[in-house]
Amino acid sequence: MEILELIRRPWPWYVAGPLIGLTVPTLLLIGNKSFGISSSLRHICAACLPAKLPFFTYDWKKEVWNLFFVAGVLAGGFLATNFLSNPDSFNVAPDTVAALQAFGVRDFSGLMPADLFATEHLFTMKGVFFFVIGGLLVGFGTRYAGGCTSGHAIMGLSNLQWPSLVATICFMLGGLAMTHLFLPLIFSLVNP
Amino acid sequence: MFHPLPTAQPTGQLTQPGSLPDCDAPNNQSIPESWIGNLKYLLVGVIFGVVFVKAEIISWFRIQEMFRFDSFHMYGVIGSAVVVGLVSVQLIRRFNVKTLSGEAVQITPKAFNKGQVYGGLLFGLGWAITGACPGPLFAQIGSGYAVVGVTLLSALAGTWLYGYFQQKLPH
Repeated sequence: MEILELIRRPWPWYVAGPLIGLTVPTLLLIGNKSFGISSSLRHICAACLPAKLPFFTYDWKKEVWNLFFVAGVLAGGFLATNFLSNPDSFNVAPDTVAALQAFGVRDFSGLMPADLFATEHLFTMKGVFFFVIGGLLVGFGTRYAGGCTSGHAIMGLSNLQWPSLVATICFMLGGLAMTHLFLPLIFSLVNP
Repeated sequence: MFHPLPTAQPTGQLTQPGSLPDCDAPNNQSIPESWIGNLKYLLVGVIFGVVFVKAEIISWFRIQEMFRFDSFHMYGVIGSAVVVGLVSVQLIRRFNVKTLSGEAVQITPKAFNKGQVYGGLLFGLGWAITGACPGPLFAQIGSGYAVVGVTLLSALAGTWLYGYFQQKLPH
């Protein structure tokens, strides 16, 4: 099956990007829903631990579509990895490989660096930085900003919302600061 | 003092100074969704998750390449997604395309507050360290990186902490 071969190879940006962009009109037209993923984290908090906080006191059941959506994303990740996996080896840009090797990253064979994203690192300094602190920043930051890459960079910019442009620029600035200023320090702590 | 908006209010509109929208990715459909109806979003999510994995957007390395300007891939993905989204929204407006249930499409405007700067910077820091925004977190877990479940729990804790401190934070 040649078509299956093609699907199993990594998809180029000009296929993936438009498909992601089409999520915006799809969600609008099938149910008047605005695209955004980080809201799901808020709905889970509102459903499980609202603690009488005003921020979590709203009708989350009206937004339950968002939880169906992220459950689908999880299932899609499972399907793609288990049934449509890439037959070729994974390639990382040589300059990125060189920069990360200098920090002590050794394994470039998978989508995630096995040096970091393994269960045995959970209760080490690696776990503290890459899972716990990283996760806190993602959850706190997206809610403080009122959205993430999907809600601001894709949905907001698609609707020409300038606050979303401000947010997107700040996402990039924060990422650049982490990559070029803080990651070298963090790696010197976790890979001494 | 922050007062939650009554749920009848259109979401996302600032009705009083300092108040914040009910939901950033709102459901603007007036008729409630049935349980079966919600399966539509599950299906869209599945396709979305497959794209995330197949285009390797969930890869920590791809995010590093982006922030190191070593690859065009992520810029191409996000850029072309925005162009397609933009053209789609324009077409929906121009031709007044209705939703499946016959309603006019409503998109809640985003109101500016300083949180988009402070929160945006904080999320950016987290994006580069975890290699994931919230969408890829779910796809990574589905892909078998069980340890990312800890990142997700941490992100939930971060969301909850924002809710706890919201009234004390500058907006």
